[in-house]
Amino acid sequence: MTARIGVVTFPGSLDDRDTQRAIRVAGAEPVALWHKDKDLKQVDAVVLCGGFSYGDYLRAGAIARFSPVMEPLLEQAKAGLPVLGICNGFQILTEAHLLPGTMLRNDHLHFICRDQKLRVENAETAWTTDYSAGQEIHIPLKNNDGQYVADAYTLDKLEAEGRVAFRYLDFNPNGSQRDIAGVTNEAGNVVGLMPHPEHAVEPLIGTGRTDGLPFFTSILKKLVNA
Amino acid sequence: MSRTPLDTVEHAAATPDVELPWAELGLKKDEYERVVEILGRRPTGAELAMYSVMWSEHCSYKSSKVHLRQFGEKAPESDAMLVGIGENAGVVDVGQGYAVTFKVESHNHPSYVEPYQGAATGVGGIVRDIIAMGARPVAVVDPLRFGAADHPDTKRVLPGVVAGIGGYGNCLGLPNIGGEVVFDACYQGNPLVNAGAIGVMRHEDIHLAKASGAGNKVILYGARTGGDGIGGASILASETFDDAKPSKRPAVQVGDPFQEKLLIECTLEAFAEKLVVGIQDLGAAGLSCATSELASNGSGGMRVTLDDVPLRDSTLSPEEILMSESQERMCAVVEPEKVDRFLEICEKWDVIATVIGEVTDGDRLEIYWHGGKIVDVDPRTVAHEGPVYERPYARPDWQDTLQADDANKLPRPETSEELKDQVLKLVASPNQASKSWITSQYDHFVQGNTVLAQPEDSGMIRIDEETGLGVAIATDGNGRYAKLDPYHGAQLALAEAYRNVATTGAKPLAVSDCLNFGSPEDPAVMWQFAEAVRGLADACQQLGTPVTGGNVSLYNQTGEAAIHPTPVVAVLGVIDDVARRTPVAFQEEGQLLYLLGDTREEFGGSAWSQVVHDHLGGLPPRVDLERERLLAEILISASRDGMIDSAHDLSDGGLIQAVVESALLGGKGARLIVPDGLDAFTFLFSESAGRAVVAVPRSEEVRFNDMCGARGLPVTRIGVVDGDTVDVQGEFALPLSELREAHEGTIPALLK
Repeated sequence: MTARIGVVTFPGSLDDRDTQRAIRVAGAEPVALWHKDKDLKQVDAVVLCGGFSYGDYLRAGAIARFSPVMEPLLEQAKAGLPVLGICNGFQILTEAHLLPGTMLRNDHLHFICRDQKLRVENAETAWTTDYSAGQEIHIPLKNNDGQYVADAYTLDKLEAEGRVAFRYLDFNPNGSQRDIAGVTNEAGNVVGLMPHPEHAVEPLIGTGRTDGLPFFTSILKKLVNA
Repeated sequence: MSRTPLDTVEHAAATPDVELPWAELGLKKDEYERVVEILGRRPTGAELAMYSVMWSEHCSYKSSKVHLRQFGEKAPESDAMLVGIGENAGVVDVGQGYAVTFKVESHNHPSYVEPYQGAATGVGGIVRDIIAMGARPVAVVDPLRFGAADHPDTKRVLPGVVAGIGGYGNCLGLPNIGGEVVFDACYQGNPLVNAGAIGVMRHEDIHLAKASGAGNKVILYGARTGGDGIGGASILASETFDDAKPSKRPAVQVGDPFQEKLLIECTLEAFAEKLVVGIQDLGAAGLSCATSELASNGSGGMRVTLDDVPLRDSTLSPEEILMSESQERMCAVVEPEKVDRFLEICEKWDVIATVIGEVTDGDRLEIYWHGGKIVDVDPRTVAHEGPVYERPYARPDWQDTLQADDANKLPRPETSEELKDQVLKLVASPNQASKSWITSQYDHFVQGNTVLAQPEDSGMIRIDEETGLGVAIATDGNGRYAKLDPYHGAQLALAEAYRNVATTGAKPLAVSDCLNFGSPEDPAVMWQFAEAVRGLADACQQLGTPVTGGNVSLYNQTGEAAIHPTPVVAVLGVIDDVARRTPVAFQEEGQLLYLLGDTREEFGGSAWSQVVHDHLGGLPPRVDLERERLLAEILISASRDGMIDSAHDLSDGGLIQAVVESALLGGKGARLIVPDGLDAFTFLFSESAGRAVVAVPRSEEVRFNDMCGARGLPVTRIGVVDGDTVDVQGEFALPLSELREAHEGTIPALLK
């Protein structure tokens, strides 16, 4: 048996097919979810993928957050459903208040696409158990609005509780506070990050590394062993 | 808004003496008289709008047509061609049932006026051409040319263009995998913003722009029609008929990539359900172009009710609606029983779709407005039978003087120290420097199929996950070479793109071109154009790579000063298994470096002559297309059989530029030995064509040499991948850190 992992397509989602491929590569079964769906088709986990939902003409993720599919998603995520938000998906999760903080435009005001070095800070979330804490990985990053910000109290709290999941190493590509690249909720089932693990799952494609694959194998193991 | 009287066909016939502003709309007197002759009466305002825009240089190719014919006449036999010149884009068979469509177009003038939107809508337009063929777009490339790197206006134009390309392409989810960035003072005031796109489909999914089957519905879908991109129509609308109306509307269109993304998905879904008989995108000349082309390519006529076009601005006149170039719109021809399903799919994607007319069994294009017939024409006369000019051309007097000013006689470096300084100066010069400040603003990874992207020699995309089948594309053009000799300059552009594709391991299949020139009314420019087209057509014939389509951009000049003739050539190639691709970066220390091809003293138009002497004169490098073909065969075989681990083509900047790039990308240095019979300067800086540098694992040395020897390709061992310097033995050694600083620091410093 394998796990069924949903990937939501909003108008303007770009990495939906790529994310489905990454799920397949890891050995799980991808399930396409449409933003107007009112249920989650009994999937075992959900990925909100990258893109420019609704063109991101308002704040990134601000409109997608009100899509019909977000209602069951919010409810089930609070009850423990594993959810991963990548890039625009991370932005949607912060807009939906499943994760703290928000994303501003990159501090240098340009879109940036690069092979980004990260440190895995928390290897105990639903999506990171196949990493080890402190592991250094390279994951492609590509965004216009990736500057993670939150008030000092929230940032202190996140750090104290070990909820900073990933940090940028060597180079902070967008001015994110405390080099934060990704965070998790308290329960560890909801994770969001700006870099794109789904673009680092095959040795030939993209940057030629597979450092992103453990996201998808982590969740598969967790779900299959559960 | 009401206007009295409506200029219907009937009204036009009854009022032959009404003066129309044909001159303001850009028509010549004889062209207007021809319209009157075709119609047998004066045109209505709406008809005049259509003819004037469709007979413009941009849409009708009236100055270039007589030359462009050679691409068809000299087209080599090719099994790969599925759809040739004349459709929205050419289509090539790449095997395993897949077809690939690709094309390069210009958006030069709008990008100078409004860099962000000009460049953005350039991407939008080329992508719609690709969708209109039935294909899913899979990648874009952007060959760009700007004025001098340190000119203040370059700082206005370049960041806007780059942000526009990124803003639009990134939001569409298309990886940007290649292109070029060139600086030259000749492009000051006339930047060249060319945009290319590739799409993939199955053979059976090819769609064409034609309206067939009487009773079939014409559906306009996508964005509402607004007043943007209307050139002359506002003159017609306001000055002729309605003096009270504000006449100036923005001439540059505004893009909405989100809308275009929805358009892509909903069009592909409609294709997948086989709902579409014919399709055309709305680009230049908007509805005028889409309706007249669809109707004239099909078997019947077409009737359109303009009142049904969804508008963004309710005050638009019918002439303006016909000429509007509002972006993100397409026109589909759909059988009546499939219309509901088509509209349903549009609704799913929140795309507005409206039936605006139907195919008739006549042969006229008829357009109605407020119940009156305002257009009644033979669509062929609008779309295909525009004027054709045999413009005079003559080799300019200054060509001899230019060619006599031999770059080979320029002072050369006399000491090793001088040689080293010139190498550093070269790799740091704006044209040779790293463009990562620019390319890092483009998404290379989206869609998860990017095998190679810039700064590789060609961009490469996997198109089948199971078999590893992939396509590669490279675009090249060297205006300096073409200025010295347009015939051979155009051939060198093709040779370089062809070589770049082969260097990555792909087999070159077909060509698209974007021909950027000055004013066709200048006989010297027209000569450059004629020579370049002749050169390109001859070379395509010899290399067996047909031209599948492209675009001509004329009038790239300010006053008397034209840009360098700049034919930009895109070559598309196929690779059976992307796992066999060859990257630029050095992979392993100890691998042997070989130079393939012959090195001669060729410095005319070279990067060295520009960077060190600010000089342009002499002759460009010699062209040997048979050598290019042999070199390509060797590179492809070596890649397929695992004989080489990295390869880089030699072009502007010569061998040292190529070695420095491979070293910096791989983070590994090189020890080079100047071969017998060459001096260090010529070895490092010559731009002889038909060459590449490859890195061969020691275990493959014998096999590789045997292959080159057996097939008669000159091969010279020039060194080894080693250490953290680029060491030219007996001359100098430059640490990679110093080279990196020089190579990567220039562009950010100029544009910050």
